[in-house]
Amino acid sequence: MMNIVVLLKQVPDTTEMKIDKEKGTLIRAGVPTITNPDDLAGLEAALQIKDRQGAKVTCVTMGPPQAESMLRELYALGADECVLISDGKFGGADTWATSNTLGAYLATIPYDLIIAGRQAIDGDTAQVGPQTAEKLNLPQITYVDEILSISEEKIRVRKALENRYEILESEMPCLITTLSSIAKPRYMHVREIMKAFDKPVTVITNEHLQLEQKDIGLKGSPTKVKKTFTKEVHKNSDVLTLEPKLAAAKILDVLLENQFIGK
Amino acid sequence: MNFELSKKQALSLKLFKEFSLNEVKPLAQEVDELERFPVETVEKMANIGMLGIPVPENYGGSGGDNLTYIMAVEELSKHCATTGVIVSAHTSLACAPLLAFGTEAQKEKYLLPLASGEKLGAFGLTEPNAGSDAAMQQTTAVKEGDFYRINGSKIFITNGGYADTFIIFAMTDKQKGTRGISAFIVEKGMEGFSIGKTEHKLGIKGSSTTELIFTDLMLPAENLLGQEGKGFGIAMKTLDGGRIGIAAQALGIAQGDLDEAIKYVKERKQFGKPLSAFQNSQFQIADLQTKIDAARLLTYRAAVLKDEGKPYSTEAAMAKLYASDISMESTRISLQLLGGYGYTREYPLERMFRDAKITEIYEGTSEVQKMVIAASLLK
Repeated sequence: MMNIVVLLKQVPDTTEMKIDKEKGTLIRAGVPTITNPDDLAGLEAALQIKDRQGAKVTCVTMGPPQAESMLRELYALGADECVLISDGKFGGADTWATSNTLGAYLATIPYDLIIAGRQAIDGDTAQVGPQTAEKLNLPQITYVDEILSISEEKIRVRKALENRYEILESEMPCLITTLSSIAKPRYMHVREIMKAFDKPVTVITNEHLQLEQKDIGLKGSPTKVKKTFTKEVHKNSDVLTLEPKLAAAKILDVLLENQFIGK
Repeated sequence: MNFELSKKQALSLKLFKEFSLNEVKPLAQEVDELERFPVETVEKMANIGMLGIPVPENYGGSGGDNLTYIMAVEELSKHCATTGVIVSAHTSLACAPLLAFGTEAQKEKYLLPLASGEKLGAFGLTEPNAGSDAAMQQTTAVKEGDFYRINGSKIFITNGGYADTFIIFAMTDKQKGTRGISAFIVEKGMEGFSIGKTEHKLGIKGSSTTELIFTDLMLPAENLLGQEGKGFGIAMKTLDGGRIGIAAQALGIAQGDLDEAIKYVKERKQFGKPLSAFQNSQFQIADLQTKIDAARLLTYRAAVLKDEGKPYSTEAAMAKLYASDISMESTRISLQLLGGYGYTREYPLERMFRDAKITEIYEGTSEVQKMVIAASLLK
């Protein structure tokens, strides 16, 4: 049976996010958390493969102990196993240190396919999936919005780019990153909710992974955030009063001039 | 005493809120206007285990408790009271008596498909001449060999037109009064059993309310539920549980109304300020939320007592009496806060106003609840 590992992240619900204007940081207190939408869509894609042809679906997250609440929900959605990679030593990790940690753990478990969401709504980097594939020396396909076929040997997917699709094939094992459009997440099942809290959540610490401090957490993170601020939008606008036809012509000129559209 | 939900209950509530908002709310107006039974919603609820929440897993259910189940009815009813009562009647009035009084074979055959949501259930007690006076059953069941010959009719049966399995009551011995009433399991499509008139109602218009007609229905004796002559007790115990479901429906309508009114008074401006800045709005919503919370505590208490296997008949009657009363009050006041807009179909308040009324009537009128409560105090 195929082993599918899905990487997920618990993120603040950015629709309810506020920024501390003095410190320039996100105010996390009191903000509800959700499962990152692209990741949840990736899990749904995995569950659909499981429903169709059978597979074991393992959910892996790296985060603080509170992330366990997300894993309970993932059990209620149909995950077979949930793993929480959590250790104070992993704290403050950027995408590099995160993928070091995830990669080290994933190297210890069986997988045929690893699915990561394209990007997390709190950081928007889209780096963890691809970097993890590199650490594991796996082929990777990003921006997947449809899995066309999958077997233990081969996967065929549709990759969505800005203005076109690519149909790509890869040998297995491989890693794909998914767009939210790949699948609409299902609802939890009441029966699975009743069981979700009795299932074990495997907690992985650095005791298990034995990584050096220079490769993990804040010390293993080359990215340094100098400043966080809210973008100020300056609207430079010209107001022209023209006849409809002339106005249309003017708009066309502006669009062409700024290369918003091609000739 | 502990007023915290367990983790399972809290996560279930999250599911019910999401489901009701995304799947139930968008259909509510259409279901009402077209008097359309929301079959697609029933199917979706079946798929996620919402049609057998308090039934153990080995009988096809979700293995939850009654509090979890009534929170589902509450959340559904916030947006659509029709959907709420479909679940309540199915769970409390069809699944519950089978679970409590059925034989293993009956549970296997009838409860399992109901609790898994493959089939829908209904309950038939009321007759043209047996409403609050349910003991006046005129439907008869005469034992003939391995069969009961059933004749008579039932009215106002919730889910009637869409149910597959019916728990019905009939007189097996007219001489014995309430001790001559027995309960039976009837299946859709049996010869001699048909669905009669469908009612057109003030509210919960999408719910299917029909007549059931029995004309020489030869029902196998194995479809007797519980012992012969014990039907009245089965009906009363079943209704005790059902009342918690209807209290939850009333509660959902009440909260749904107030939520709409709160949203509105924050947006609507008159005399240069939002309605929420006026003391009238503030006091009305403060009073209502307090009363709704009181109704919720009564309702949850009854559910928790049932879960703990303790007597809950009086508490269920109190919950239904008070919650249905508050439901009416909430729809009246919330609609008033919206003024003319509340009276139009632009907003859901007029529908909820019509829907609330039934909670004072079915599964025992408010007067019957008072009889139950008083009887427990004066015995």
